[in-house]
Amino acid sequence: MSYEAVIGLELHAQLRTRSKMFCACSTAFGAAPNTQVCPVCLGHPGVLPVANRQAVELAVRFSCAVGARVNPVSTWARKNYFYPDLPKGYQITQYERPLAAGGALSVTSEGVTREIPLVRLHLEEDAGRSRHPERPGETRTLVDLNRCGVPLLEIVSAPALRTPAEAHACLAEMRLILRYCGVCDGDMEKGSLRCDANVSVRRRGAGELGEKTEVKNLNSLRSVERALAAEIARQSALLAAGGVPETATALWDAARGETRVMRTKEEAPDYRYFPEPDLPPLVLDDAWIAAIRDRLPELPAARRERLMARWGLRSYDAAVLTADPELGAYFERVAERVGDAPAAAGFVTSALVGALRNRGREIADCPVAPEALAPLLERITAGQLSHTLAKQALEAMLETGQPAETILHERGWEQVDDAAAIAAWVAAAIAAHPAEAAAYRAGKTALLGLFVGAALRLSGGRAHPRRLQEAVRRALASRE
Amino acid sequence: MSAVPATIEGFSGARRAGEIRLPQVIGDCLDRIGRLDSEIGAFLHVMDDAARREAEALQARLDRGEEPGPLAGVPIAVKDNISVAGHPTTAGSRILEGFVPIYTATAVARLRAAGAIVIGKTNLDEFAMGSSNEFSAFRPTRNPYDPERVPGGSSGGSAAAVAAGLALGALGTDTGGSVRQPAAFCGLVALKPEYGAVSRYGLLAFGSSLDVIGPMARTASDCALLFNAIAGPDPRDATSRAAGTPIDLASLGGEIAGLRLGVPAAWLAEGVDPEVRAHFEQAGERFRSLGVALVPIELAEPSACLATYAILANAEASSNLARYDGVRYGYRAPRVERLAELYTRTRGGGFGPEVKRRILLGTFVLSAGYYEAYYAKASRVRTRIRAAYDAALTAVDAILAPATPTPAFRLGERLDDPVAMYLSDLFTVMANLTGRPAVAFPVGRTRAGLPVGAQLFGGTGSEDLLLKLVHRFTGGEPLALPERCAQEERP
Repeated sequence: MSYEAVIGLELHAQLRTRSKMFCACSTAFGAAPNTQVCPVCLGHPGVLPVANRQAVELAVRFSCAVGARVNPVSTWARKNYFYPDLPKGYQITQYERPLAAGGALSVTSEGVTREIPLVRLHLEEDAGRSRHPERPGETRTLVDLNRCGVPLLEIVSAPALRTPAEAHACLAEMRLILRYCGVCDGDMEKGSLRCDANVSVRRRGAGELGEKTEVKNLNSLRSVERALAAEIARQSALLAAGGVPETATALWDAARGETRVMRTKEEAPDYRYFPEPDLPPLVLDDAWIAAIRDRLPELPAARRERLMARWGLRSYDAAVLTADPELGAYFERVAERVGDAPAAAGFVTSALVGALRNRGREIADCPVAPEALAPLLERITAGQLSHTLAKQALEAMLETGQPAETILHERGWEQVDDAAAIAAWVAAAIAAHPAEAAAYRAGKTALLGLFVGAALRLSGGRAHPRRLQEAVRRALASRE
Repeated sequence: MSAVPATIEGFSGARRAGEIRLPQVIGDCLDRIGRLDSEIGAFLHVMDDAARREAEALQARLDRGEEPGPLAGVPIAVKDNISVAGHPTTAGSRILEGFVPIYTATAVARLRAAGAIVIGKTNLDEFAMGSSNEFSAFRPTRNPYDPERVPGGSSGGSAAAVAAGLALGALGTDTGGSVRQPAAFCGLVALKPEYGAVSRYGLLAFGSSLDVIGPMARTASDCALLFNAIAGPDPRDATSRAAGTPIDLASLGGEIAGLRLGVPAAWLAEGVDPEVRAHFEQAGERFRSLGVALVPIELAEPSACLATYAILANAEASSNLARYDGVRYGYRAPRVERLAELYTRTRGGGFGPEVKRRILLGTFVLSAGYYEAYYAKASRVRTRIRAAYDAALTAVDAILAPATPTPAFRLGERLDDPVAMYLSDLFTVMANLTGRPAVAFPVGRTRAGLPVGAQLFGGTGSEDLLLKLVHRFTGGEPLALPERCAQEERP
């Protein structure tokens, strides 16, 4: 029996506002517990919420970015439940009329690109954080309300994803768009982007959807993929054994690599949603929405296309440079100054990124400006510098901050194309391998590389590669 | 001992004439509370020291020639479901026993900015849920006109305080009639402003879409003074709105001849006490004598309003009262082991029977499977009631109706009969469903000496019109103080 999965994602993106959704408290991460609170977010008796305009603007920006319809009138609702980290006993969210609906994003996974529709996008406030006893001896649950009231954008995709890899790609693309728009920093470790996944498994080709499990606590891209794989395996095994999965909520346990059912449909809480009487409907002006749409930055899909069209990059390099907007911007400044942009892309994404990573640095604090890197790359393109020496020169540039010219000159790494010098290295290389020379001359021409390599080493990497190769070939031929 | 003037206007005149000094008059007021309130039970908390200090400070400003505002030195009582920083705010509930808020309601801050002195927090039915003040968790309030009777509710403490001359004005709150019904029982003028005209910031929510803070005083002019001080948009309350220009007090004496008042004749069939009915008819005659035309009109059935109100108010209350969970402030059940136990024992022990009844009803009407039949339907009915009401007001300038079916009833009389208690609000809830302004005012006293009140309902922004009608009706005169309190005045 063959099964297939149907997956939908539900994201909670923390909007990059300075203050909370309904009060003026700071949203800064990492403050001491319960220091960023006020009567409003503490749910003191008699306080009232006032919606944060910046949060609305950011949510509208993202909605426009994914082509969703922003509703001119959306409404607030209360979701009622009791929990110590929910001070009011209800969460203010949007229910009947969300901020926006529809839209889609293009997701590429395993070489296939598909449009994944979105169902709805709405604003809500976050709850606080409960820290339950973890170590032996700890008996109390502690509540930190700093996060309580932080603005969230909930994004719900259609159940249109088919594989864990595709879900991973969808989440990654969503995160990238959030970052490009400046809507959310996308930091899953800090919890500013969280993901739940709904997954059901059915017989391949079956029309109807099966009962779904909502998997929670997916706090990294990798967890999404692993948790979905585990849950799909669990449901498939159940189906294969003649069972039927039931609607449930499960928690991903990354340490054990398994999903654990928290509650089933019968145990699902009744949230008693009703319109929030403390907040009038959110009425958005068409012109305001249009102005936000007009100011949208270039989005990832457009940037990938442009990188390929303008600079002739392969899709892989375009994707890598798009995934890190700062790296992409760096590359483009280099590309404007060199003749071979695809080669520059390769150098930037591998040599430069690798060298920075070894130093624990990001592209944002790269000491070598794109303008300074360009001359180095131009030397490679002109055949004046080997790739090996170029990497060494880059290391020295990062270390000293000196320009490429100075380093190449001072360290004697300028390429040698003097025919006599090259001939001397070639002669020495051949002399060192008499047996191989004889074999070559006997027809084993595949040994050419051995002599080239040896001669290059003797030159300290400085010999002009093409001329060296020609010299080796000539030298071995002339002794016949 | 100098007598405290009976009205805010009288007080301010005497103050401007230099006939009274604030420390003295506030001191007298506090002394009077000390003497009378042990019987009446109007106050839950008297701000003795704070009020005396404010009086000293205000008098010093006056002596320097400053003008601290139109309410300078006026002693005002504030219902205890309105937050005043640094003073206990209990909403009449054990669940908030010991709770001291750290912020002040906008309406109170504005009263103070106008120079008023808040002298204490008044008793109420727990979380404003009730019509007699008997559901206060701490003690009942007695009607100054007859201590065997209730003052009405839920702003019964505010009403009793003003009626007994313990304060010159008070803030109450009105979710279904809670300033108007006690005003009727205690012979006061009370304005339920239009929804949103006064910020709710700092009002401990009962039914958020219905709640409004309103002034209670002895005359229409005093209500206008208080309303002017507290009204206006507030950035902390997204449902607040511009309340138009302040009421011009001079205009209250203006002409009302030629105005048309609608009278919902069918309402008088709803079990109205004969004496109340007779006074209501006399009130109509008095308006006619002032040149006002009385026109019979059709309005929504009061019982339909009451049912709609009960569903919506309780639904909102069930959610609004979820925050009282013992986790952060107020009462917390002792010696609990588990979370569920913390909730059930804190809420089970902290809330009184009426509050629990309403939380249960409200939770039910919002529950899956019942939401559509109750909450959603009630919301639609509310929209129709409002539309019918506004339509009726295209033909008339305001609507005249009884304030309550009966005068003040005896303590204990309706305590075991929730429906009889709810019927006290029969004629008042409509104004909360429509959100439009309404005013209750005294039209006479029964043979037994109990005050009888009537109501005027108006269209959007009609607070000034309603108070003008009341002002002309009463000739600007307050109802006489209860004999027992008036005698006490000059020992």
